[in-house]
Amino acid sequence: MEKKKIGVYVCHCGGNISDYVDVEKVRQAIEDEGGVMLAKTTMFACSDSNQKDMVEDIKNNNLNGIVVASCSPKLHLTTFRNVSERADLNKYNYVHANIREQVSWAHSDDKTGATEKAIHIVKAAIAKARLSESLVPNKIMAEKAVAVIGSGVAGMKAAIALSDKDCPVFLIEREFFIGGRVSQWGAMFTTNETGKEVVTRLYNDLVKRSNVTIFTGAEVVSNVGSIGDFKLKVKITPRYVKEKCDQGKLQLAMDACPVVVPDEFNFNITNRKAIYHNFPSEYPQAAVIDMKNCTRCGKCETLCDNIDFSLKEEILDIQVGSVLMATGFDPYTPHDGEFGYNEIGNVVTLPQFKRIIELNDKDLMFKGTKVKNIAYIYCVGSRQPEGGNTYCSRYCCTSAIHASLLVKKKYPSVYNYHFTRGIRTYGKQESLYYDSSAQGDIYLQAYEDALPEVSWNGKKSIVKINDILTGGREMKVEADLVVLVTGMVPRADNSVGTLFKLPKGRDKFFNEIHMKLRPVETFIDGVTIAGACQGPKNIMESANSALSAATKSYSYVSKGELETEPIVAVVDPVLCTWCGACAKACPFDAISMTKDGTKAIALINNSVCKGCGMCLPVCPKDAIDLIAFSNNEIESMIDALAHD
Amino acid sequence: MAEKLRKSAKILVFSTEKISDPAIDMAGLLKLHYPPTVYTITVPCSSGIKSRWILHAYEKGFDGVFIAADGSDCVFGESCTEKTGELVGQTMELMKQKGIEPARLKMAAICSVCSESFVKQIKSFNEYLLKTSITE
Repeated sequence: MEKKKIGVYVCHCGGNISDYVDVEKVRQAIEDEGGVMLAKTTMFACSDSNQKDMVEDIKNNNLNGIVVASCSPKLHLTTFRNVSERADLNKYNYVHANIREQVSWAHSDDKTGATEKAIHIVKAAIAKARLSESLVPNKIMAEKAVAVIGSGVAGMKAAIALSDKDCPVFLIEREFFIGGRVSQWGAMFTTNETGKEVVTRLYNDLVKRSNVTIFTGAEVVSNVGSIGDFKLKVKITPRYVKEKCDQGKLQLAMDACPVVVPDEFNFNITNRKAIYHNFPSEYPQAAVIDMKNCTRCGKCETLCDNIDFSLKEEILDIQVGSVLMATGFDPYTPHDGEFGYNEIGNVVTLPQFKRIIELNDKDLMFKGTKVKNIAYIYCVGSRQPEGGNTYCSRYCCTSAIHASLLVKKKYPSVYNYHFTRGIRTYGKQESLYYDSSAQGDIYLQAYEDALPEVSWNGKKSIVKINDILTGGREMKVEADLVVLVTGMVPRADNSVGTLFKLPKGRDKFFNEIHMKLRPVETFIDGVTIAGACQGPKNIMESANSALSAATKSYSYVSKGELETEPIVAVVDPVLCTWCGACAKACPFDAISMTKDGTKAIALINNSVCKGCGMCLPVCPKDAIDLIAFSNNEIESMIDALAHD
Repeated sequence: MAEKLRKSAKILVFSTEKISDPAIDMAGLLKLHYPPTVYTITVPCSSGIKSRWILHAYEKGFDGVFIAADGSDCVFGESCTEKTGELVGQTMELMKQKGIEPARLKMAAICSVCSESFVKQIKSFNEYLLKTSITE
């Protein structure tokens, strides 16, 4: 290895560092370290002027290693890597030392201790820089196409955005109709546009685009490859009804179908046949036969010649450079007895209630009884104690209050009683809360450890609460209908996430790399996430994240070639005797067996390896290192930190 | 020979780039103080730490090693917790063989916002190490 000539820059960060760390003392302590050619202090290392000076220093002194001791690498690692590149020094010869967040701020109570710690940390960074190597980012070909999985609002918005960039899109929907959850909603805040109208608008935009291919009844069943080159197998289940179908004959077939099952589109409050539509203007406008429930009695075939049971499943091969996940959420289903659900006859969930409003034109009827008093119980399935869903589902306060406004407008004789745990109608949505209060809705608030109780008096449900807003007074409401304001939970069937090995957070939704700075990227290179599969979001937030994810996915494939970090595992072929432990430990299937002459050894697939290092500690021969985290590098840092 | 008690133990922390590092950074931002003899080496994932690195730290004079593990938040997948636990178990066995007290190795899941938890854990580990055998 070429002898190292290292430049070290110790930053004052105004006074953020130098108020607590004697930066000059640090500079003096490290200037004679092996390999250090130049050691400076600087008021702001990240300033343009210092960056220019660094470029000059690197060029003039032929420096081949750089250390900047400043703030967290989360803020300026890339900044100083770019400085290295501008000075024609390979960016992987740059090492960052964090002496602000982890030294001056953490030990502002002990200036001597902080200075000593800073010296050790800078020495450890120098030790690492001494062993740094010029690395070349992996370059791989990228197929200029994106698979968008899920065709709710997020999926459709993402597909349109990608299409606008002239990027071919495969929009893959597991259900037979597109639109996702939004197609189930009626009028929505703020414009009172209905879910159906939103879906119609997006669908009409999509179908006129030649670079968008929509698959319904389609499921990704296999994924091979990685960023730039995902090879997907998509199973297409036939509808068994031809798209161009005589509607009159189709209706006869539907009427004749003897199978009656709960209609999931209406959250099981109505029934449908085994041959069915979701609603008249669904997309695509083609009925489907539910083969899980169809008895194959054949009655429909005799009445409609466009029914064809001979259609077979197909498996399509699709190659894309990036995958955008927009698989949405499931509404929370209360367990039996939770606020009377499934035990008291007039307790429904908010999604069911919204369908009830949609399906009742004249009077608000439920199970043959006219509804007068409605009790809404908030935070059902959200903000639960530790062990449950501890998160807030964000949309439900707004949705419930909006529903109560619609109800009052549509059925003026109804009274709304809201049993809340504090209202969270953030942003513009606060106006709904105002309107609801103004129309006479009653708001009561429960203590977290004393939630409302629902009981049945033989005629009506009784909802009891110790109301915070009236000093803990016990209040009771006789309700004709109890609406459980249920939150969002991750899809019960998230097998597609498992297929792509997408990490999940503590809430079991898909996890982004960084909530604020990398909000749509996942740790699986090339796979982005959008909409409520990432966590509870309203439609506006879903659309925002979809546009962001589309832009990120496009950035992976737009050039036809892309770079990935060269931090991957490397096998020492002399030490390795192939026991398979590394392959078993690898969560990404990046390790396989190969032959080195006659000897079996481990082979790392660099384009699949994520550089986690899980293979390192399991190797009985210590034959695997991680680039930039080798035994030499780590142990030399330990030596520098341990040295008194 | 007269022995002077140390004010703080020398602790090496293995933290992770995406999860526990942000928590340790935030502890500084919030001015949550802990002993300045606590040093951090960042690795991509806590399940990728080698036993030999931990043993090397004791050999070179560290009193304790603390693994600020990713836990269930690991961006590399759910198996991290189990694998980190396994490597800690294996390392403790090696420590016993070398006559090093296994309690000098500690692991705790530190999520990206667990700054207070990190400081609490480190302070308690420091106290434990000082109470047991740390003198100079």
